[in-house]
Amino acid sequence: MSEYILEMQNIVKEFPGVKALDNVNFKVKKGEIHALVGENGAGKSTLMKVLSGVYPYGTYEGKILINGKEQRYANTNDSEAAGVGIIYQELTLVKQMNICENIFLGSEHNKLGIIDWNKAMSETQRLLNEVGLTSTPDTKIINLGIGRQQMVEIAKALSKNVNILILDEPTAALNEDDSENLLNIIKKLKEEGISCIYISHKLKEVKSIADTITIIRDGKTIETFSNDEEVNQNRIITGMVGREITQLFPRKPHTPGDVVLEVKNWTVYNPEVPDKKAIDNISFQARKGEILGIAGLMGSGRTELMMSIFGAYGINKSGEIYIEDQKTDVKEPRDAIERGLCYLSEDRKKTGLVLMMDVKENITLSSLKTISTIVGINENEEIKATNYYVDALKIKTPSIEQKTRNLSGGNQQKVVIAKWLMAAPKILILDEPTRGIDVGAKYEIYSIMNDLVEQGVSIIMISSELPEVLGMSDRILVMHEGRFTAELDWQGTSQEDVMHYATGGNLTTS
Amino acid sequence: MISKTENKQNPIDIIKLSLRNNIRQYTMFIALISIMIIFSLLSDVFLTPRNLSTLFLQTAHIAVLACGVVLVIVAGHIDLSIGAVVGLTGAIAAILPARYGIGLVPSILITLAVGALIGLWQGYWVAYRAVPAFIVTLAGKLIFEGMIIGVTKGATTATSASFNKIGQGYFPTLFFESTPRDMIPHDTTVIIWALVIAAYLWLEFNRRKERIKYDFEILPKSLFVVKLSLVILLISVVFSIMAFYLGMPYSIMILMVIGGFYTFLTTQTTFGRHVYAIGGSKEAAKLSGINIKSRTLWIFISSGILGAIGGIIFTARVGSAAASGGMGMELDVIAAAIIGGTSTLGGEGTIVGAIIGALVMSTLNNGMLLLDVGTTQRLIVRGLVLLIAVWVDIVSRKKNA
Repeated sequence: MSEYILEMQNIVKEFPGVKALDNVNFKVKKGEIHALVGENGAGKSTLMKVLSGVYPYGTYEGKILINGKEQRYANTNDSEAAGVGIIYQELTLVKQMNICENIFLGSEHNKLGIIDWNKAMSETQRLLNEVGLTSTPDTKIINLGIGRQQMVEIAKALSKNVNILILDEPTAALNEDDSENLLNIIKKLKEEGISCIYISHKLKEVKSIADTITIIRDGKTIETFSNDEEVNQNRIITGMVGREITQLFPRKPHTPGDVVLEVKNWTVYNPEVPDKKAIDNISFQARKGEILGIAGLMGSGRTELMMSIFGAYGINKSGEIYIEDQKTDVKEPRDAIERGLCYLSEDRKKTGLVLMMDVKENITLSSLKTISTIVGINENEEIKATNYYVDALKIKTPSIEQKTRNLSGGNQQKVVIAKWLMAAPKILILDEPTRGIDVGAKYEIYSIMNDLVEQGVSIIMISSELPEVLGMSDRILVMHEGRFTAELDWQGTSQEDVMHYATGGNLTTS
Repeated sequence: MISKTENKQNPIDIIKLSLRNNIRQYTMFIALISIMIIFSLLSDVFLTPRNLSTLFLQTAHIAVLACGVVLVIVAGHIDLSIGAVVGLTGAIAAILPARYGIGLVPSILITLAVGALIGLWQGYWVAYRAVPAFIVTLAGKLIFEGMIIGVTKGATTATSASFNKIGQGYFPTLFFESTPRDMIPHDTTVIIWALVIAAYLWLEFNRRKERIKYDFEILPKSLFVVKLSLVILLISVVFSIMAFYLGMPYSIMILMVIGGFYTFLTTQTTFGRHVYAIGGSKEAAKLSGINIKSRTLWIFISSGILGAIGGIIFTARVGSAAASGGMGMELDVIAAAIIGGTSTLGGEGTIVGAIIGALVMSTLNNGMLLLDVGTTQRLIVRGLVLLIAVWVDIVSRKKNA
């Protein structure tokens, strides 16, 4: 037997007009964590779909060997039988069912169709112990945080006796704690001899966890190397984009001006748990021409704070909002937009875009008034405005009539940004503006942010990625359990400092 | 990307692109033409101006109602009360003159107001009380059906000849008398025909001029001429059918005005755009600052008013209002919209599509009646057509994705 558990040889996968995979070679050793990195659209997901049987044998060229034996899957069941398990970026659990039901969904322990629940429950308990999840097997998925749901996915994969576990951006939606937890479990699985293929944009994680790194770019394997001391993030990034990035964050000196947004004694209750304060007596200011970073772990109330100010979250709100020194009553998002406060949501697909509408219709959606006359929308003004933003933000789309669901993540995000720019905001709140976006597009979005600040817009940026918070913000407010625990200046602040306050730290008044 | 000159793409490519982008509308249109060709081969009577004019008359109220339900379905709701609203408003329109001696015009206005009130009532529950439209309009169906019995007292009320013209009558001739048998076209219809073509040309040339002013690319002259010719041909076919029979029916005029207005509403106005956004993603629409509640309320008011218009046309065509009027009509209307490409999931659908869908359904009905196909088979065929239309839609959508 060879030292490789998996060998993918000369894989070619073509879609009409595109060669998604061009002679890819990818080998995974037994019991290693093998990171697969590359920009969005590089071909990572396609390669994994070939491996997991989503694209059956015959639709691609090349060979897949597992333990030296050639595999010809007709479907995903075949790959599961061969010991390949995949956990997708978007979780696939049935929310209304409990953990046990989910784990054995489709492969229930049964006799003549009657489920043996006792066996299922005890088996589930064993799997949960293995992934270190303390919830009971009969807990409904809907009651679990996203981090715990991810654990259930892993338990589900383990229930199928996997030898090769594929994780596609597993920490994209997790906070630092849950990510850490997940990485530990992957390490534990490795010790038990399970090989992991780890796809991530978070290079820091890749660096910390991977034994071997394979980089693919434009459907080709660029290189495979072992992750030793000499490897650093820049080395990986260079391989990914094929060019030198000397500076990840285009930091520019900003000169903060007047206060444009002032929030005083802001308290909001959680609509799902009406006696729980989601935001507890928060006060802060945002200035013209600065980037205010909001850091905090998931569940600390960052999104809730900004959504409630924007009029899209919360019950029993109390406190005051002043926009340019004028007290403002925001009941609905449209009140906020009218006063120049815009909010880019963290989930662009669900709440940022109308995916079945085209680029043009999305960009103008919040500003139709400005391009309408008494006889309706002026189609030509609309095209003109859209062309302007497509050029200015370098949105890559074959046409402005392209449905936004067909765009890449980075371009989708730029469309949402364009929508808000067209609404001429004074304060622009960006919630995770670069989540799930490739390195090149990230950089472009940072540059757009700098341009806006230069034009006098006040930007408030929520981000889970500490380097991003530190790299882009002028000031950083750290949240923990619905309160601010620190206000930090970007200079002289380390990731550890932010983390310290995000996990509770000392309550400092600033 | 933008050039002052004409689009430099190969005309064939432009046609291909346009075909691909509007595949749904074209498929429906081709399906309609195919159905018509099949029936004309099987029956000598089908393609006569007389039969086709009847077909138009049979379609008018369904097509008018379909315009309203397109908005409702696009916004992600449903209206199951359409049939009951048609019955109730039709009964009111019949009874006001018959029992209370109210004039034609005032009773029509009152009927429209009742339609608006019904829409306000249902829209309020859906928009401001967050009860699902399925339930609100199902409840509405029961409530309005009850009211019909109350209003009609179970009896059938005949409507006046002048009222019946709305559903059965034709525009009078202006200068020359003409009959279906002579080959003299109906003059009023010809004048409207010419006006419609003139209006269409004005719109297209104006649009082209505007685009040139904005420095956007325009269709090459050859294609532009082809496009104009095709549309004019289509308009002419429809009008010549009417012109060589008894002329243009009032109900078709009403349909054209409403179809035109709703096409404008859905494609050219902020309101229309918002409706599509709400149906596409309610959350994204809300975060984009759209007033979902007020939009929803107006969608139902529109549906209520169109229900009343449909009720008037339908009652006028039948010539009387009965307690069973409009029963089950909502299903024909919803089927028309869906066959015409309105997505049951919301966010997609066109007025033209819905009108074509209504024509498909009534052509099937009309053709099968001519061929003496029994009610059993007719219902089965129409049911299968609805099923297959939606299936084809789903398949084509998968291919596009």
